Amino acid sequence: MGGTVLLIEDEPNIIEAIRFILSRDGWRVDTHSDGETAVDAVRHRRPDLIVLDVMLPNRSGYDILNDLRADAEFTDLPVLMLTARGQKKDRELAEKLGASRFMTKPFSNGEVLETVRALVGQ
Amino acid sequence: MLSFNALAFISIFYVALLFAVAFWADKRAERGQGGWLRSPLVYTLSLSIYCTAWTFYGAVGNAARSGLEFATIYLGPTLVMVGWWVLLRRLVRIGKTQRITSIADMVSSRYGKSNTLGVLVTLLAVAGTTPYIALQLQSVTLSFAVFMDGQSNAPEDLAAVALWVAFGLAVFTILFGTRNLDVEERHHGIVMAIAVEAVVKLVALLAVGVFAVFWVGSGPSDMMARIDASPIDVWALQPDRWMTMIFLSAAAFICLPRMFQVMVVENEDERHLSTAAWAFPVYLFLISLFVIPIAVVGLSVMPEGSNPDLFVLTLPLAFDQNALATLAFLGGFSSATSMVIVASIALATMVSNHIVMPIWLRSRSGGATVSGDVRDVVIVARRASIAGVLILGFLYFRLSGGGAALASIGLVAFVGVSQILPALIGGIFWRGATRIGAAAGVATGFALWLWTSFLPSFGEGAVLSAMVFQEGPFGLEMLRPEALFWIEGLDPLVHSVLWSIALNTLAFCVFSLLSFPSPLERLQGATFVNIFRYSDRSRGWTGGAAEAEDLLMMAQRIIGPSVAQGIFESEAAMQGKQGYLPDVTPDFMDRLERELAGSVGAATAHAMIAQITGGASVTVEDLIRVADEAQQILEYSNQLEAKSAEQERTARQLREANEKLLALSVQKDGFLSQISHELRTPMTSIRSFSEILMADETMGADDRLRYSRIIHDETKRLTRLLDDLLDLSVLENGQVTLNMEEETLSAVLDRAIAAMEVATGQQDFAIERSGEGEDIRLYTDGDRLSQVFINLIANALKYCESPSPRLTIKTGEAAGRRVVDFLDNGKGIPVDAQALIFEKFARVSDNHAAGGAGLGLAICREVMTRLGGGIVYLPGQGGAAFRVILPEARAKAA
Repeated sequence: MGGTVLLIEDEPNIIEAIRFILSRDGWRVDTHSDGETAVDAVRHRRPDLIVLDVMLPNRSGYDILNDLRADAEFTDLPVLMLTARGQKKDRELAEKLGASRFMTKPFSNGEVLETVRALVGQ
Repeated sequence: MLSFNALAFISIFYVALLFAVAFWADKRAERGQGGWLRSPLVYTLSLSIYCTAWTFYGAVGNAARSGLEFATIYLGPTLVMVGWWVLLRRLVRIGKTQRITSIADMVSSRYGKSNTLGVLVTLLAVAGTTPYIALQLQSVTLSFAVFMDGQSNAPEDLAAVALWVAFGLAVFTILFGTRNLDVEERHHGIVMAIAVEAVVKLVALLAVGVFAVFWVGSGPSDMMARIDASPIDVWALQPDRWMTMIFLSAAAFICLPRMFQVMVVENEDERHLSTAAWAFPVYLFLISLFVIPIAVVGLSVMPEGSNPDLFVLTLPLAFDQNALATLAFLGGFSSATSMVIVASIALATMVSNHIVMPIWLRSRSGGATVSGDVRDVVIVARRASIAGVLILGFLYFRLSGGGAALASIGLVAFVGVSQILPALIGGIFWRGATRIGAAAGVATGFALWLWTSFLPSFGEGAVLSAMVFQEGPFGLEMLRPEALFWIEGLDPLVHSVLWSIALNTLAFCVFSLLSFPSPLERLQGATFVNIFRYSDRSRGWTGGAAEAEDLLMMAQRIIGPSVAQGIFESEAAMQGKQGYLPDVTPDFMDRLERELAGSVGAATAHAMIAQITGGASVTVEDLIRVADEAQQILEYSNQLEAKSAEQERTARQLREANEKLLALSVQKDGFLSQISHELRTPMTSIRSFSEILMADETMGADDRLRYSRIIHDETKRLTRLLDDLLDLSVLENGQVTLNMEEETLSAVLDRAIAAMEVATGQQDFAIERSGEGEDIRLYTDGDRLSQVFINLIANALKYCESPSPRLTIKTGEAAGRRVVDFLDNGKGIPVDAQALIFEKFARVSDNHAAGGAGLGLAICREVMTRLGGGIVYLPGQGGAAFRVILPEARAKAA
């Protein structure tokens, strides 16, 4: 496919896992671990898709998503949200803020891959 | 026979004597030498103005015509006096506490100081008293005429005598009745003169009686025989008329303006009533003792056709007893003059207070600003009123021509003033009586009296034509003056009293029930009806100290004793005085008024202060009562406030409990969310890498090994997390079993450090210890304590960011407890995070490398609490610093 994915996640093992899965499928995977500077990283890297964790150091994934959607440039940017908290209200909040998809950890590798493909293919 | 001039001279001399007595009494009173002037005897004698010339002369005439009927006129007052405890005592007490000046004032004051009522009563009193005054003038004239009978030098027109008498009385009354404006309207000189006159008339009548019985007759037994033989039907009992007369005389005794004046207004001391209660009936008994004998003897001795009304005078003259006749003349003269004097004073007070002054004040737009000014006007008004009343009396005498029998005029007057009775009695016994009711009653009675009694008294064809008597006005038979509503055959007096009093009372009651009293009426009504409850102390507000004390009393009732005393004490101190009673200065008044206004509102506070300091229409007792009521209301509302405060407290407790529950619920949510996160994160790696390993068989050995290790590590992390959670749960629930044993601190520390080194394999971490200081014997669960130490050392290892990390473990003592401090040389913990670090999942940084879930310190805290010690963060030590407070050294458990 050859698209770029920006993975915003702070847990090293999970970063490694997702990078492995997507790279093997032909995606270029950039990673960023800090919430505070995440929006700048998106502007800088201009990915085709973002995989965004909710629990990030310094800034929550929801706030980052909110900022991105407020920016006209990123209104339609596909965002796959990941969270280790699987509660209903987390999903609702994510949808309200404009997440393209929402997945709960632990995820299935295949599902992540399919979702990324689907989101970028739109 | 005495000559006219001699009689005139004697009269003038007698009046001069009265002048002297009155003058002397006034002077004594002014000098404060009241003494016996203020005795119950003088009070009792002054009441004898009830016995006017009408009773002095007329009683004998009445007896000659109707036997014992004249006694009913004395029975009414006797009943009132004997029952003084019920009614008179109230009247006198009210009169004194309310500073009542007349009966009109009494009625007006009771009904909310209504001047309309005052005017109405005044008019009624004037209408009822004017014929009475005329009656006195007539009797004096007639008695002169008796002496002049057949004398050549007698004046042609005896009316001139009446004029001179009226003029003389006016001068006397003005001189002694309006010399000054006494606040309490007391006239010592006049009362004294009246007492002297009372003695003169009693002595005169007794003398004539003794003359009749023992001189003309030959003693009591002879007299009894004469009475039996006489044409007088002594026991000509007419029950309805007699009952009516008794009621009427009792009512008049209370309501006659002059009686009210001497009985209530001039009363010096309430206790005098108890003396008068028996002494006055005795006086009445004495004065009526010889009435029947004089009448009997008169009828038998005097020539046919002689006027029995003048037997008292003509009997001695018939026997040429000039001295006795003169004494009798003076007795009659005294009766007439004393009545006129007091009646004109009473009427003048009413006229000036209720008619002249209101008009005068209204005519001045600015109102009465200068007090001296007003007082002058009042005196002038009084004097003019006295003159006016006497002129009215004289005119009535001239116009009526003196034709009617004396007694009938007296009874007409009685019926008139009795119309005040329902409003008066109702006012002091019934709180529900209202101004409207009183006005309706008095007006109704007034009208009926005019129609059924006053106008008919002039005789058929005088004012009302015979036609009106026969067929009623305009042919309305229903309204015939002596047969109202077709009820005929009643004695005219009984008829008049029945209708006027009955309809008066009915109107009074009905309109009282139908109307609502104003606040002032309520206040006055309560004061009048409950007079003894509120006025046990009769006192004057004269001295400054008394005022201060009164103010204090009042203030205490409004703002509470301690606050009030505080204000007064501080004010006294500011004035350089000791105690609680400062001088009543304007500044202090202002301050107090402000203080009171805080409790009762500005208007009330102002009225209260003004009352005590300035004197107004509402009495202090009233205000204190209002204050009591206000206090009760305040107390009630305080109770309500206390209750609502209690409810508020309960509500707050409920709110707090609710908030706690909510917080707990949020905590629980947060905790579950945290656990979910902490569990799912390692699981994510595990699942992901295991899927990778399963799916990719071409993977190199290195990668395979690396991913397997990740899975392994994450599994360990999960296990550790679960262990911690279980541990914490056990600790929090108190289910932990402690393994208590004796150990030294150094041994526990050694174990902890050794365990750390095994676990981490780190050796480059410098740990400084205090050596011998650690030689502390403990009795505790060594493993648990060591767990805490391991945690602290591990934290230092994880988080100390110094290039050459160093941990110092110091023992010491703080606040009497053994402590172990763990200090590292890192950056320490930010102040805002220090409060949080002991909470579950509280990680200051997000350093996952540490691998902990943020439960370590929470567990440490729980462990230390279980062991009976504690753990706190020690700020200000450079690096991170934890202080473990060791459990108290206990005796080894037995």
